[in-house]
Amino acid sequence: MEIPAARDPVSAVREVFGGALLHVKEFRGDTTIVVQAKRAAEVLDFLRVSSGLVYNMLSDVSAVDYYPNDYGDSFDGDETDYRPERFAVSYHILSMLYNRRLRVKAFAADDDPRLPTATVVWPAANWLEREIADMMGIVFEGHSDQRRLLMPDDWYGHPHRRDYPLGKETVAFSFNVDEIHEHKPFARD
Amino acid sequence: MAVAEHPQSIEEQRRWEGDLDQLRGLVSERAITGETMLLNMGPHHPSTHGVLRLLLELDGEQIVSCLPDIGFLHTGIEKSIEDKSYEKALPLTDRMDYLSPMSNNMAYAAAVEKLLDLDVPERGQIIRVVCLELARCASHLVWLGTHAIDMGAMSVLLYAFRERERILGMFEMLSGQRMMSSYIRPGGVWRDVPDDFLPTIKQFLNDFPYKVDDYEALLTKNPIWKDRAQGVGVIEPDVALAYGMTGPALRGSGVNWDLRKAQPYSGYETYDFNVPLGEHGDVYDRYLIRIQEFRESMKILNQAVARLETVSGPFRSRNNKYCPPLRSELGQSMEAVIHHFKLWTYGYDAPDDEVYNAIESPRGEIGCYIHGTGANKPRRVHFKTPSFIHISALPVVSKGYLLADMVAIIGSVDIVLGDCDR
Repeated sequence: MEIPAARDPVSAVREVFGGALLHVKEFRGDTTIVVQAKRAAEVLDFLRVSSGLVYNMLSDVSAVDYYPNDYGDSFDGDETDYRPERFAVSYHILSMLYNRRLRVKAFAADDDPRLPTATVVWPAANWLEREIADMMGIVFEGHSDQRRLLMPDDWYGHPHRRDYPLGKETVAFSFNVDEIHEHKPFARD
Repeated sequence: MAVAEHPQSIEEQRRWEGDLDQLRGLVSERAITGETMLLNMGPHHPSTHGVLRLLLELDGEQIVSCLPDIGFLHTGIEKSIEDKSYEKALPLTDRMDYLSPMSNNMAYAAAVEKLLDLDVPERGQIIRVVCLELARCASHLVWLGTHAIDMGAMSVLLYAFRERERILGMFEMLSGQRMMSSYIRPGGVWRDVPDDFLPTIKQFLNDFPYKVDDYEALLTKNPIWKDRAQGVGVIEPDVALAYGMTGPALRGSGVNWDLRKAQPYSGYETYDFNVPLGEHGDVYDRYLIRIQEFRESMKILNQAVARLETVSGPFRSRNNKYCPPLRSELGQSMEAVIHHFKLWTYGYDAPDDEVYNAIESPRGEIGCYIHGTGANKPRRVHFKTPSFIHISALPVVSKGYLLADMVAIIGSVDIVLGDCDR
């Protein structure tokens, strides 16, 4: 069987989604495309099924928090980078056929961070997104399982946020959980 | 300290114990009516290899659905790394996949090198390959022993651990630690191999193929083993890909994907070895693949040890902005002292940008995502670990098989809970 020639993912996405492609970045051989949050799942599905692209595997989903001032108007770093909102979720996808990787990034706002789920595109996204929902507090709309994954069900806060205090934590048990919450220095409450 | 009174209110109790309403949509309706049975397996069941809890829905002995519950070994490694300089975060990575710490070190070190654009000298790369392949053997030996004991073949464990002990002894020679080695570091390895290492590994390479033959004599043609393993836990290739499975679990289904071949790192492209593939994607094929991987690892190790004898040079990058100067330079060079002091107090700055780098660990692709801040600590480090992905696929792999097969399936995808929960 003849393999269709590889297409450039950036121009293919730009052709189909136009303005939904917000930014393209190249760093150390990693290509990153930033897409509109509400169309992220659509873009991922397009990248998975289109001939010449076939990103057939989801390697990783990871989230990053640009708190306190490395995003939006207050960001004064490298001007080639693009950070409109506080939270970013990166889908690292892999095309086995063409042996290349791509990072698809979508931003979510500080208040009420939301993204469409990619579980409909790859079932592998199920736990990876649940982990982010648990640890970063980003809601994945349409996700079939909204329970916490790593932290206990009644845990307060999202530990991987940058404003979540690191260390000096009292271990929470059922008898002291309320007491701990009273004096916990949550920066944003 | 105030202790809550017992019994608590009904709401309070539900908060801690949970109820069936929470599981609506996750288990079948038949479980809600009580037609099928919900059974907790774990978190302390010996064959869950750590602390994994599975909530199984059973129709008779058949698995209708399976809900894995993880997080018992969650130690916040990713969060802790955010408060450490790049080099000082390395020992934390040992503790994720505690059966092959070298692979974790490599995943982290390679990602930091990519972020810093740092090169590794050739001898450093060869030592890394030796460590990674020894780690693969050590990890597969634990898998073999525990997998066999899960399925009732008691004696294999003792033989497997006997050889693993020799590998751990070699790790101790290299790093001073049997398990938590922290040996592979950004820029190369911690130190050069000691003089008595080469004779020891040569002796090991001489003996080990016969030991693998012994394991095979115990299991491969054993009719009980075949009955338990063949046709059980079949993973179709498209299912494996959709669920993001990698490593022997993916290759058992016949998908030819090994990062050592596809996206070589640390000079793997210069070694001659094969990637064993399965046909049926069942427990038995995954067993055969790991047994063959022992032999392929031996091939790589033999070539690497031969190179270790001929290739000399630095074992770690001499870029003193990122890698500490040699101890012997400290007495003579003021510059070396300054670098030494700066590196062990402040560390080094890394760009405010992101990289993702993946390597092939014994369990599959272990990826490391690092986002720097421009200063000496990362903004975010995320590890994509194979055990995490494989446990998330357990429901689809185990569906329709018997409860007794669950033990075989868990063993065959080779999970480590420290790797899963981080």
